[in-house]
Amino acid sequence: MSALLQGLMPHLMVAPILLPMLVAAVMLLVGEGKRAAKLVLGMSSTLLGLAISVALFAWVDAHGAVAYLPGNWPAPFGITLAVDRLSAGMLVLTWLLGASALSFASARWHRAGVHFHPLFQLQLMGLSGAFLTADVFNLFVFFEILLAASYGLLLHGSGKPRVRAGVHYVAVNLAASSLFLIGVAMIYGVTGTLNMAELSARLSGVGVANRQLIDAGAAILAVAFLAKAAAWPLNFWLVPAYASATPPVAAMFAVLTKVGIYALVRLWTLMFAGGPLAGFGADGLFVFGVVSSVLAALGMMASQRLAVQAAGGVMVSAGTLLAALGLGEEAVLGSAVFYLVSSTLASSAFFLLVDVVERWRAGATVVDEAPFLSATLEAQEVNLDDEEEPLVALPFPASTALMGMAFIACTLLISGLPPLSTFIGKVGMLSAALGAGGASAPVSARAWLFTGVLLGCGLLTLIALTRTGIRTFWSEMHRQPPRVRAPEGLPLVALLTACGVLALAAGPTMELASATARSLYDRRGYIKAVLGAEVRPPPTAREAGP
Amino acid sequence: MEVVLAVAIGILAGSGVWLLLRPRTFQLVIGLSLLSYAVNLFIFSIGGLAIDKEPILADGVPPDLAHYTDPVPQALVLTAIVISFAMTALLLVITLASRGMTGTDHVDGTEV
Repeated sequence: MSALLQGLMPHLMVAPILLPMLVAAVMLLVGEGKRAAKLVLGMSSTLLGLAISVALFAWVDAHGAVAYLPGNWPAPFGITLAVDRLSAGMLVLTWLLGASALSFASARWHRAGVHFHPLFQLQLMGLSGAFLTADVFNLFVFFEILLAASYGLLLHGSGKPRVRAGVHYVAVNLAASSLFLIGVAMIYGVTGTLNMAELSARLSGVGVANRQLIDAGAAILAVAFLAKAAAWPLNFWLVPAYASATPPVAAMFAVLTKVGIYALVRLWTLMFAGGPLAGFGADGLFVFGVVSSVLAALGMMASQRLAVQAAGGVMVSAGTLLAALGLGEEAVLGSAVFYLVSSTLASSAFFLLVDVVERWRAGATVVDEAPFLSATLEAQEVNLDDEEEPLVALPFPASTALMGMAFIACTLLISGLPPLSTFIGKVGMLSAALGAGGASAPVSARAWLFTGVLLGCGLLTLIALTRTGIRTFWSEMHRQPPRVRAPEGLPLVALLTACGVLALAAGPTMELASATARSLYDRRGYIKAVLGAEVRPPPTAREAGP
Repeated sequence: MEVVLAVAIGILAGSGVWLLLRPRTFQLVIGLSLLSYAVNLFIFSIGGLAIDKEPILADGVPPDLAHYTDPVPQALVLTAIVISFAMTALLLVITLASRGMTGTDHVDGTEV
């Protein structure tokens, strides 16, 4: 296995981008209808991508950061891809969410509109590219790819609420993309490079006269990322969009805000974790993070709709991560990476669970707001379906127990209570924040504020979710047990089990997260890998050589 | 030349932001288009303005930076133009769908 990996590296690094792109192209050739074929194709691609991501993570963990030159141009001139622990970890997370969301969608939601499967693959492609690229402008391109796919996926299923939220979502993201471009252009104008590693190295050479331009460029760029990460006050698009998206799509979108966080972590550590501009913008990130998580937790309290609360959970997690990054401590960032993974898994599982619960509450007659998924259409589709697969759900054994347990697990995870993994992440962040500067050093006001916000948000989300849980599960009698099909139950269980495994194996996984943060702050490994990536001799030179 | 370009970018960006804050979807589309024009000009100008200079190596021109203009912003702006064009088309489709479904061209889908 490792010999095979040895042979495939570093070319395997482009696989998470190329694989979904090719599969999406093939799906378009397959043509409309034929959902079963597309589902098989998409599922195989997604599982293969998951395996590749895990292999990449194992490789990077053993060998350190690796770079790849797709155009065979030396590093600062061509586009470079680079994978380190953070990128590989985000890839594993993305493809895991992709596999579970696709499995969930296969039960019914992929029938709600056209082109679900190609768009889903393109979404995975954009996400993988954003995590792999080491070039700021290329990051913009992959952002646009993933956003374009997400516009399509958000509108999947159509219907008034989705289109209405879609207009806002697209408009806000297009405006944020403009800011992204302005920031990139300003940074390029001062430093003359778009390569992230070279940018980090060149910052020390920036003169005092240009310092303000760099600051302004970095701040404008950060605003673009903060808008994607749903930081207050740029977060009003998130709740309507995520709450109205079809559930598997929303489950996939749980990782979309984390792309903004990833970009901030990547660029902030490369540019400002050391060197002449060390610590720039940390205050801003901290303040925005604190305010957005508090407001998101209050929003969860104010809402009675489960989907809105799930979207609120995404925002609380993003705000917490921003505040943790803003503390500017390596140890806090390590636990924050752990928290990022577990809270994303939890949010994704919660979006899937919301669909099951809402369908159960609506009773036997499912009233979806998707015009193309009406009862009559589903009935028609039985006749058109080659396999004549029954569209009436089979009762999943112990489905009531599954739904209740999953809700409890999601509540614990989103509010960060023991014994599941987000609790461990939160404890890690808090102990690192409070213990920063040694055991005898006084605790800074910021660390106290961070502690208060983390615990307060946990309490608010717990109250909000418990209240909804009581209303949903206990105050209603005489209901049929929910009908959960196996492709819907499995991903839900898998995602929550992943959180359980993270908690059980907290020692090694936390160690991995700390190693991730260490290499992010150290930066040398990443910079050396990117700038030292070797150009391969062209085939003609190889033939002429000895 | 710098002043003219700066004023042009400022007017485009200002008009774009103004229209972006208006309630009608058509104004939104035009506003985002104007904003993207401003951004494209801004990217183009970031490499420095030069007249009659080659962007790529040409015969008979000494190969140093004084005789060439920066080609990277031109490549960037090309990419940005294509992407913003595609996104504007997509936005138009969504606003048309919104107009058809809600019966109004207000960005919120309801007349307040």
